[in-house]
Amino acid sequence: MLAFLYAEVSMICAIEEPAYPVSLSHILLQGVWDMVMSYIWSGMVLLSLLFALGSGQGARLTAAILEGAQGGVTLTISMAGAICLWSGVGQVMKQAGLTRYLAKLLSPVTGLIFPSTRKDGEAKEWISANICANLLGLGNAATPMGIAATKRLSRFSSPGVASHEMCRLIVMNTASIQLLPTNVAAVRGSLGCCNPFDILPAVWVTSLCSVAAGLLAAFWFERIVRDA
Amino acid sequence: MHNYIVPILLGGTAIFSLARKQSPYDALIEGGTRGLKLLVSILPSLVLLLTAVRMLQSSGAMEALICLCRPVLSRLGIPGELAPLILVRPISGSAALAVGADLMAQHGPDSSIGRCAAIMLGSTETTFYTISVYFGAAGIKKTRYAVPAALFADLTGFVMAALTERLFF
Repeated sequence: MLAFLYAEVSMICAIEEPAYPVSLSHILLQGVWDMVMSYIWSGMVLLSLLFALGSGQGARLTAAILEGAQGGVTLTISMAGAICLWSGVGQVMKQAGLTRYLAKLLSPVTGLIFPSTRKDGEAKEWISANICANLLGLGNAATPMGIAATKRLSRFSSPGVASHEMCRLIVMNTASIQLLPTNVAAVRGSLGCCNPFDILPAVWVTSLCSVAAGLLAAFWFERIVRDA
Repeated sequence: MHNYIVPILLGGTAIFSLARKQSPYDALIEGGTRGLKLLVSILPSLVLLLTAVRMLQSSGAMEALICLCRPVLSRLGIPGELAPLILVRPISGSAALAVGADLMAQHGPDSSIGRCAAIMLGSTETTFYTISVYFGAAGIKKTRYAVPAALFADLTGFVMAALTERLFF
């Protein structure tokens, strides 16, 4: 029982907030990404308009617009309690300094997937911090750390070309390894789900499988791709 | 045991923080304030995207999209209703949240489709956004096999979400 509690607590580690070495390019990219979203959003609206014109559902479409806008506010408000609570808990763990413990716990795995972390302390630090933040579901904190890790790893490869370790880091970040998907639980709770966390085992199994599949694919590509 | 995970987590966090001579209450307030600020900052995009999602639904475009994707998805064991979520998931986090929340609201959070949407949301990430931000900021032009490997991981995640939903519930 105690062991379980300790494991549970130590898993939900803390992320200290270092000065993020994020350059302006991160912010500039955000602008490009906003354009992508602009096209997607406009596409959704125009497609709806075309379909509604074809089927003569104009009244329904108009009603749906305001209903959707209000729905966004309702969703946000009903999630607010859970988000507030879990952000608070995350901050407590952060402050209590559990990061290093978790990083130590994970270091055999990180060493295996990222061999350069055995030699380079800084790469190890950023990669561990990035993985910890992902485990906690702190996507916004994980991104700057991942960028710092990628920059550090770029020292060991030819400029402008993704190294094998970078590809693995990308896979680990895009496949998401989250212990407590608190945002999703907040949405479920807001919709009257009696046990919002009952999806945990399924989420863990799914995450593990997708990370493993992604890493296996990366290792396999590493064997057949020889262009660097 | 299952029912005690969340309360134990809260209690354990408080004990750990106190043992480290920290003040958990102050940290809770600070973190909560930050969380609410973040929530307010995503509110406009949630409103806009949910509006677009409802427009797609009421015009019948969503149904057409689902019918179009159903044959492929059903081969993978995924319900066709999840097609919009799968399509936006790699591109935008808030769009995926809007689509997923809508699926859960429509079919119920404890329905098979609602749960499957929740598992997908909880176990996947915004792949294209992550790749472009990471590699863009680090000045990487040749991404080599990062995109196919990441997409393969996503595909595995989608298939496994549907599979675990059937196995565990």
